[in-house]
Amino acid sequence: MSKPAASDASPYECGSLLTVEHLSVADVAEILATTARLERMAAAERARVLVGRTIALLFYESSTRTRTSFELAAKSLGATTTLVSDKSSSIEKGESLKDTGLTLRALGAEAIVLRHAASGAPFLLARATGLPVLNAGDGMHQHPSQALLDLRTILTRLELGGGTSQVSESRPGAPGSEAVHAKTLGGVTVVIAGDILHSRVARSNAMLLPRVGARVVLCGPEELLPEEALGLGAGIEGAGSLEIERDFDRALRRADVVMMLRIQRERLAGVALDLTEYCARYQLTGERLAAAGPQLLVMHPGPMIRGLEITDDAADGPQSAIEEQVAHGLAVRRALLVRALGVRV
Amino acid sequence: MSEMLILGGHLIDPAQGIDGPRDLLVRDGRIAAVEVSGGPAAVARSLPKELQIDAAGLVVAPGLVDIHVHLREPGQTWKETIRTGTAAAAAGGFTTVVAMPNTTPVNDSVETLAWMLAAERGAAVKLLAMPAATLGSMGREITDFRRLVEAGAVGFTDDGKPVLEDDVMRAALVAAAELGVPVSQHAEDTTLTGGCSMNAGRVAFRLGLRGMPAEAESRIVERDIRLLREIERTNGVRPHLHVQHVSTAKALAAIRAAKAEGLHVTCEAAPHHFTLTEDAVGDYCTNAKMNPPLRAESDRLAVVEALLDGTVDCIATDHAPHASHEKEVEFERAPNGITGLETALGLALRVLHRERGMPLARVMALMSAQPAEVIGLRERGTLQLGSYADVVIFDAGAEWNYAARESRSRSKNTPFDGAALLGRVRATICEGRVVYRG
Repeated sequence: MSKPAASDASPYECGSLLTVEHLSVADVAEILATTARLERMAAAERARVLVGRTIALLFYESSTRTRTSFELAAKSLGATTTLVSDKSSSIEKGESLKDTGLTLRALGAEAIVLRHAASGAPFLLARATGLPVLNAGDGMHQHPSQALLDLRTILTRLELGGGTSQVSESRPGAPGSEAVHAKTLGGVTVVIAGDILHSRVARSNAMLLPRVGARVVLCGPEELLPEEALGLGAGIEGAGSLEIERDFDRALRRADVVMMLRIQRERLAGVALDLTEYCARYQLTGERLAAAGPQLLVMHPGPMIRGLEITDDAADGPQSAIEEQVAHGLAVRRALLVRALGVRV
Repeated sequence: MSEMLILGGHLIDPAQGIDGPRDLLVRDGRIAAVEVSGGPAAVARSLPKELQIDAAGLVVAPGLVDIHVHLREPGQTWKETIRTGTAAAAAGGFTTVVAMPNTTPVNDSVETLAWMLAAERGAAVKLLAMPAATLGSMGREITDFRRLVEAGAVGFTDDGKPVLEDDVMRAALVAAAELGVPVSQHAEDTTLTGGCSMNAGRVAFRLGLRGMPAEAESRIVERDIRLLREIERTNGVRPHLHVQHVSTAKALAAIRAAKAEGLHVTCEAAPHHFTLTEDAVGDYCTNAKMNPPLRAESDRLAVVEALLDGTVDCIATDHAPHASHEKEVEFERAPNGITGLETALGLALRVLHRERGMPLARVMALMSAQPAEVIGLRERGTLQLGSYADVVIFDAGAEWNYAARESRSRSKNTPFDGAALLGRVRATICEGRVVYRG
């Protein structure tokens, strides 16, 4: 025996999104299709989709992009939102996550968007409340909505299926109208570079993108990218792959997309890092970008530390999709909220 | 004079090399006769029916001895009390338990030790204790070993924490050696485990949890073995190191080598470390969180091998009750530990006896005679004439599923809720008193 007894039924409400591991390729396709449908809707029609519904945003960790985009997404769909943060609630008085969740449920919340510094916290909240829970980032574990918006950004910029649909549904062969499948990103190499160890964005993308066919190359120094990271590729169904390349320039030469990650000083906990040497080896600069070629798409989940992992010319140049990522974030999160509440559009 | 007759059972007593049908006569809390079933003396007494226990089809063995339990009293009675913890012990077939010192206050004084061992605590089985090796278990200054041993201490430990400083551990080993008791070490180099909540490796990486490397355990074991060698050479005493809950192949290799070298090292393994792996953490299941953590499958197999080849001296549960509100929190915030007294026998029989073919007598030795020997316990862990009548009677072939809600423990924090177990306790007898009937 190597596993304790567990019940067969999932203890999580089916609208939950706790980790990208729970998403099948068909689920991903459905979420992106919903995203596109909501985007095409007239604003007035969109504003009726979740009218009368209540969504709680529970944030135990600071956030700009994720919090604001979930909130704006919910409001644009007509939902009522309430924001609870650890700094201004009974959490400060020692109320547990479970009790906080039960309180929100009693107040009428039908879904909870959770950002938390502890890995796995959304699982606890989902089990305790029985509500759909959207993981808006948990510790070093997962940030599923970020991976989905990154995927949509890549699909759109590379003009592959499943991205922004600017075309009408009456033109089935056109870019953007084809559902995402296991080989959609076939032949596309995505380099994820920097502080992989502490990054929930890296984990989510390293698990999601290979499922839709991408070759994902993780790049960083040993201290920030241990070999066990390759375990993220275990059990991936799909045509993609996962590998490690320590040499950033060599990785960039093969890349179609590069995702830069911030050094998470708040989570470094004893990792000694020579930042000067780090920048020399892993900073994305204009020169590196030029050497890699004009096809290379630059992404960053934010917040960026300019001058550390990325320079201004790389972040703000024409190859950068960083602001588009933010816009796709709003669109994808609308679809996740609609899915959470079981509404069909 | 009180008497009891246990008739028709299959008696296993590793200390006497008995593994066959025997009747057992108990008088005034002691073993008064062990005879071939149907033999003249015991049966001839023909005690009234109410003083006879029919053990036909059952195994009769020395009551189990657990040298590593947390009973949470004094000071943490919402988790467990001596009364409830020892009731769980009795239900699991245990007749002797050794309480760890991480209570509130820490058991580092004769006063606290005497309070714990007092009859008023209501222990259902024989209660012993290992007081703290250092004052407050702070790792700086050793406690008054001599007075504590006179008051009943069977060893010393800062369990939950290691004794990290070389000089402090050396002093503890020397002082304990002079008194003939072990120093029981929680082997963890805490400089390698800060902020960690599970085993290091791919599972921890995927879950975004910081991992404890195997070296955190093996380094302290290796350091302690080096200290033993130095002390034997320079102090003229032979210290006894007992390594608690060994969980890694690396630490077991070090212990195996030290034993071969002739040093006095013993060690224990916990049932969860030979039955579960880090995969049991699943979706951040806090009932799979303990310290040392559940390890990789290769480490689990190494623990099983070490049990089979005799490197591991005994099975100990590390029974560590926590209230549900303490466990139902974020994984990294949850306290370490699981309950274990009621599941140990059933897991050992299932995994070691049935799955790995360990003879029943060896399993019983690992759970009674050998742990008794580790702490120098006399007249327990065996059914020799004159010994305390500490007996477990169980159905070795019974298959059942554990139900945490029925636990005698005050806490239900077990990863084995619903797990299939082999062997069910029918009666536990401590010093001639029936303390559990199942």
